Formats: sequence, structure tokens, C-alpha cells
Amino acid sequence: MSAVPARARTGAVALSLRPATHLFHRNWLVYKRIWYRSLFFGFLQPFMFLAAMGLGVGALLARSNPTAFGPVGYIGFLGPGLLGATVMQTASFESTYPIMNKIMWGRNYEAILSSPLSTRNIVLGELGWIAFRIASIATIFLTVLVIFGIARSPLAVLAIPVAGLTGLGFASWLIAFASTQLNDIGFSWVYRFVINPLFLFSGTFFPLTQMPQAVQVFAWLTPLFHGVELLRGLILGSLDLGTAPWHLAYLLAFFGIGLLLADRSLARRLAS
Amino acid sequence: MASPVAVATQGGLGRAWDVVWRARRLVERNVLVYRHQWIVILSGVAEPIFYLIGIGMGLGGLVRTVGLPDGRSISYTAYVAPALLATAAMNGAVFETIFNVFFKLNFRKTYDGILATPMGISEIAIGEMLWALMRASLYAVSMLVLMTALGLILSPWALLTLPVTLFVAATFSATGLAGTAFLRTVQDFDIPMGLIVMPMFLFSGTFFPISAYPIPIQVFMQATPLFHSISLIRGLTTGLMGLEQVWDFAYLVGFFSLAMVIAMRRMERKLIK
Amino acid sequence: MSGAPGDALVRARKLTKRFGSFTAVDGIDFDVRPAEAFGFLGPNGAGKTSTMRMIACASPVTDGDLAVIGMNPASQAREIKARLGVVPQVDNLDTELTVRENLEMYARYFDIPGSVARSRADELLEFVQLAERAKDQVEPLSGGMKRRLTIARALINEPQLVILDEPTTGLDPQARHLLWDRLYRLKQRGATLIITTHYMDEAEQLCDRLVVMDKARIVAEGSPLELIERYATREVLELRFGDVKRASLDGQLQGLAERVEELPDRTLVYTDDGEAALDEVHRRNIPVQSALVRRASLEDVFLSLTGRSLVE
Repeated sequence: MSAVPARARTGAVALSLRPATHLFHRNWLVYKRIWYRSLFFGFLQPFMFLAAMGLGVGALLARSNPTAFGPVGYIGFLGPGLLGATVMQTASFESTYPIMNKIMWGRNYEAILSSPLSTRNIVLGELGWIAFRIASIATIFLTVLVIFGIARSPLAVLAIPVAGLTGLGFASWLIAFASTQLNDIGFSWVYRFVINPLFLFSGTFFPLTQMPQAVQVFAWLTPLFHGVELLRGLILGSLDLGTAPWHLAYLLAFFGIGLLLADRSLARRLAS
Repeated sequence: MASPVAVATQGGLGRAWDVVWRARRLVERNVLVYRHQWIVILSGVAEPIFYLIGIGMGLGGLVRTVGLPDGRSISYTAYVAPALLATAAMNGAVFETIFNVFFKLNFRKTYDGILATPMGISEIAIGEMLWALMRASLYAVSMLVLMTALGLILSPWALLTLPVTLFVAATFSATGLAGTAFLRTVQDFDIPMGLIVMPMFLFSGTFFPISAYPIPIQVFMQATPLFHSISLIRGLTTGLMGLEQVWDFAYLVGFFSLAMVIAMRRMERKLIK
Repeated sequence: MSGAPGDALVRARKLTKRFGSFTAVDGIDFDVRPAEAFGFLGPNGAGKTSTMRMIACASPVTDGDLAVIGMNPASQAREIKARLGVVPQVDNLDTELTVRENLEMYARYFDIPGSVARSRADELLEFVQLAERAKDQVEPLSGGMKRRLTIARALINEPQLVILDEPTTGLDPQARHLLWDRLYRLKQRGATLIITTHYMDEAEQLCDRLVVMDKARIVAEGSPLELIERYATREVLELRFGDVKRASLDGQLQGLAERVEELPDRTLVYTDDGEAALDEVHRRNIPVQSALVRRASLEDVFLSLTGRSLVE
């Protein structure tokens, strides 16, 4: 039977995208019971952070160091950084505990795999779902930034796909990681020593130039830094066309590798 | 001859001590559970330290100094550090009494088994609080050591910081326990975390003086226990001690007592049918 | 009521439990004597578990009197619980601890010194045949193993009285027999047991004396044999008729036995001589699909007392 492999090869992408929508649909059925809650907290968190850190610390800076952040002020600096950090956190959460639950505790994938769906369909379906979640959160976030007068450039709309790409990078790597874990202890480590430090040290709350050279170099290697740089450029209308392609290339490569790892890792886990 | 009141109080205190003494069994149990995962607890020390370095160094270099009500100017790092200490005590305590107790109460049914022994509900509640307090004090002590090493302790009053921080942790353990018994599903965690812990963290004078806000908002901020914890601990480490700090302490004592009463009552209603 | 009130280990008079307007236990009286296995037999919802929870000091008494080991559960719960072993209906083992740790930690709640706890844990793990699983986590154990571990845990304080609520519900037959064997040995050692069950075979196997509960009340009391003699005949003839409308048989079974009970799927003929009754059925040319003669059981006692079967 030579027709089967040929068809599988040519139709590989289509084959794994269409069934993946079933998984998306499944997640939607669960989510739609709590969507209003999730959107409410999605709005509340950036609003509070900007009102507190942006305005409060901004007031301190206005007194002691008024020119530190130029015309946009501290709140202008913080807003896009916080968007990047929120995207990372959402993507991380969605690709750790819920994935482990569906692998081990709830065994949903076992049930799904006895239907025509494959592990690749699952990976793509979950990532599609996470992309949707991030896009909705980024949209709300952008609205808050408009309310605070931070988002000024029409290019700010492009922040939504960039946020999606940044989040997918984290999600793909973490799905790969979650697929290798036998309990959730590993996640506490990831949060404590990867996600939370990145939250603080990726140019989100303060410019990296405040940090020693070694920390700066380290931060340049992390995906959140590149995502935040792009988001900040797009939202504030100060995009540096010289460096933007590099940031974008980094994010694409990070996601690409993550995708391959997630595909392989989940397949290996569910095969055993 | 002791007066009847003194005898009654003594009896009450004696009984209260018996409960605390028996409650140590629950601490033993938690130690047993975490024996192989102690590193998970220990690594939590990193959290406030990351914040102190990040916010202190990162923002501190830009904000430089903060003016205190007594006219002095102190470094931003010295301003933020006591707030992060109070927050570390709160987080350590609340994490145990909200998340871990919730799972034991609703999913693992751990307490149902323990209640068939001479252990009662008070012992369980106090035991969980003691354990949370131990965890929180680990974080508080490590923060204090770091603050001392970085020269962020500006006053001899700071000698009182450790006991006060432990009291803050006790207050939040009781508060967490009182809140947990109201939660029904995992999704409900959004409410204490998103609507209470997070706003308190941001708006209690942690990163900036609340005088940056209009008076009505300030009144609201001053109603939270974290605000008073920070004000008290900041007073101790910076030497800014006054009537305000006495009021902070009185407020915390009142809040702690109220939280204890609610916690005990809610746990009883949750566990006795 | 039998037995002098002084020597009862558990003594209940007009014991009542209400949840709001719902009455779960409606003024029941019973005495449990030392060294006996006392059973509560009844369908789900009869009030057995509520009674057990009141004895175990896990649920406050609404009304009436209850004395457990001569003490009052309302004021002396701690003292009572120190001398009780409880096996609840649903296992509540500590899933964050290993098999062995479950026993040793439980011992600590009773203030049993560590060295004593360790030797008792060894002994009990042997007794419930879990010695090889001592270091394992609880979660992956089978239902029967968890049940046995719960029983071992209930024995860690060498209780005067062991309470078992539906000890074998949900277990496969092999696991049940193993558990019965362990409980039987426990009885041989002179332990006092209180067992609730809705399985009549379990009650017959384990209980010296039992009460039958239905709709929050006790409807009969005695040893399994006494109850069968009092409320049933020696033998029962079970008849199945297949498609034949039973209505058309009306009257044909009359005079066959002292009592005939119609169930949805079969007809029970109560008689002291089942074979003779069956011969009579054949003689009358009644079109029977299948017939079975068996000894009367507690199931028949329950049926005759309430008009319903135990397990629906």
C-alpha cells in the first residue's frame, strides 16, 4: 500500500490541524463556564498593577528622578513590560497543571487517543487553545493600556500577535517539560527559578541597564526580554527597525524548537 | 486564695495550652510529608530575595531615595525591604493555609481520618497554623539576615522585627484558614488571590507611600492587615516608631483574634455534620 | 432490651439524629455487650452510618441518650476516641504518606510512643497482609488493600471497641473473603465489633447479634439464627415463570406454604420443606421456568419485615 504514506506526507499539516480543532472545542466547552470570571481577572490584574506600580512608583520617580523614563513616564515603560510578563504567566499556567492533569490525573488524552486523534493533533490543539487565551488576554490588556493613555501607536494592534508568539514559545517548551514529569513538584521549580525571575529581570519593571553586565547578558538570552522589547516598540510607537527583526527571529526560533520538543515529548509519554 | 476570675483564666489558658501542645502532632505529620520535599519549602526563600534584588536594585537605582514623615530620606531599597519582609510572611502563611489546607479539607479528606483519634478540630486548626507559621518564619528569618547583611536595618528597634514578623505570619495563617473554609472549588482560589492578596500586595504601601493617592482611597488601603504589618515592620527597621505603630499593633491583635474565631467556627461547620 | 445496663459497651436510648427537618435516626434503643460482634443490617439510607458516626463522636447526638464505654460523646469525645477504632465507609487514609507512615503517624495522634508504634505497625501490617507494601504510597493500592490498611490503622491504639461501617462494600468477592477472615480472627481475639452492612451474608458471617434498621428505626433484634426462625421459615422455594403472566397463576399457589412473596423477577415460597413444596408445584402443573430450594437468610427476614429487598 504505497498510497497511504504518500497521502500522509502531503496531507501532514492539514491532517493535524483539522482534528486539532476538536481539542480546541473541548477546552472551549470547559472554559465557557468560567469565561466571564477569567476575563474579569484578566482585566483586573493589569489595571491594579498599573494603578499601583505605574502611578505610585511613578509619583516617587517624578519627585526624585523625573527624566528617568522620558516623556512616557514610568507607567509607559511598565505597561508593555507587564503585558509581556502576563502573557508568559498565562501561557505557563495553561501548559503545566492542566496538561499534567490531562496526561495523568484525569487521563483525558488516553481517552482522546482512542479516537482518531493523534498526539500531534493534541499538541496543536492545546497550543491553538493557549494562543486563543493569550490573544483574548492581550486584547483586554491593550484596552487597559489605552485607558491609561499608554498605547498611542496604531501599530499597537500588532502587539496581539507578538504576545501570542511570545506566549506560544513558553507554552511549547513547558508542554514538552510537563510531558516528562511524573508529579507536579517540577513545576514549583520552574515557577520559582525560571518564570518568577524572568518576571522581574526581563526589562519588565525596570530597564536592564540598571543591572550588572552579567545579568544583562543573561536576560538577552531569554525569550521574555525579546518579547517585551517588541511589545514596547509597537505599543509606544518607538519600534527600532534595526533590532526588531532579530527579536522576531529569536521568538520564532524559540517557538519552532519548542514545538518540535513538545511534539516528540508528548508522543513519547503517551506511547508508553 | 486566688479569685474565681483568676482560676477561670488560668483554667482557660491551661486548656488552650493543652490544645497547642497536642496540635504539635499535626506539625509532625506535615514534617513527615515534606521530609522528602523539604527543598521545595526551602527554595521558597528565593522568592522575596529575587524581589529585593530586582525591585531594590532595579528600581532603587532610579528612584534613589524616599522621604519619611520625620524628614529623613532613606534609600528606596531600605524603604521596600521591610514591606517585602511582611509580604514574605503573608505569602508563606497564606499559601499553606489556603492551598494546602483546601486540598486536605476537600479532596484528600485527611482531617476526617485524624478526627477519629483524640485530636479535635481545634488541634487540627492550630496545628496547621503552627506549621504555616514555621514555614513563614523560615522566609522571614532569611530575609532579615539578608537585610542585615545589605545594611538595610537602620534602627535598634529592629531587634523586635523577628517577633513582630512572626505575629504577622500568625495573623495571616489564621486569616487564610478562616477564608479556606469558605472556598468550594479550585476556581474559587481566584477570589482570595485575585481580589484580596494581590490588591493588598500592591496597595499597602509596599512599593510607595500611600500618600500618592487621594484620601478616600487611602482610607480603604489603611483597612487592610498588610498595610498595618508593613507600617509596623517598616517602623521597626527604619526607626520610625510612634503612635501610629502602636495603633498598627492594636489593629493586628484585633484582626488576629477575629480571624481565629472565624477560622475555628468555619472549620467546625465544615468538619462536623 | 437484653443485658444489664451496666455491662453494655454502647448503650443507646431514644437515640435520634436530625439534619434540619430530615430525621436520619428516629429514637432507637440498643445495647452492645463486650466481646460481641454487633451488626446493623439495613438498606442504604436506613440510618446506619448516622448511628455509627454518633458512636464515633464524629456527629453530635440530636436527642436521646448515648453512652460509649460508659462515657458521654458530647463531653468526653477525646477520652472515648482514645479507646475506639474507626473504619469509615469511605477510606480516608493519608494519601500524602506511605503505608507504614499511615500507621505510625496515626499512632502519634494517640500519643503512642514511637518505639511502641513501630512494633505495633509491624504486627498489624503482618496481620492485614500488607508487610511487603509497607514502603509504598497509598494511592496505587487496590481497594481491598486500602480497606485492610484502614482496618490496621483502626487497631493501632488497641481499641476496646472497633466500629466498621460497610467494611466490604465495593470490594470484589476474593477481597471480601480475605477481609472477613481478618475480622473473624479479630473477633476470636475477644475484640468488640460494631458492623454496619447491607449484605445479609456479611451479617450472617460476622455478627453474633444484630438489629435490622429500616427508615431510621430498628424493626427487629436478635442473633441471625433467631431472626430467621422468627421472621422466616427454614427453607425457601424460589420460582421463576419466564414470560407467563403471573396474574394468570392467581390462586394456583394458594395453600402451598405459609407465606408467598411476589418479587418483580421471581416468587418466593416460604416453607419448612422446600422439596415437598416443589413436588406440589409440579403436581399442580404450574408452568415453572426454573425452581430453586435454599435455606432462608436474613434477606428473607428483611423482606418479611419491610416488604422490600435489601439491595435494590
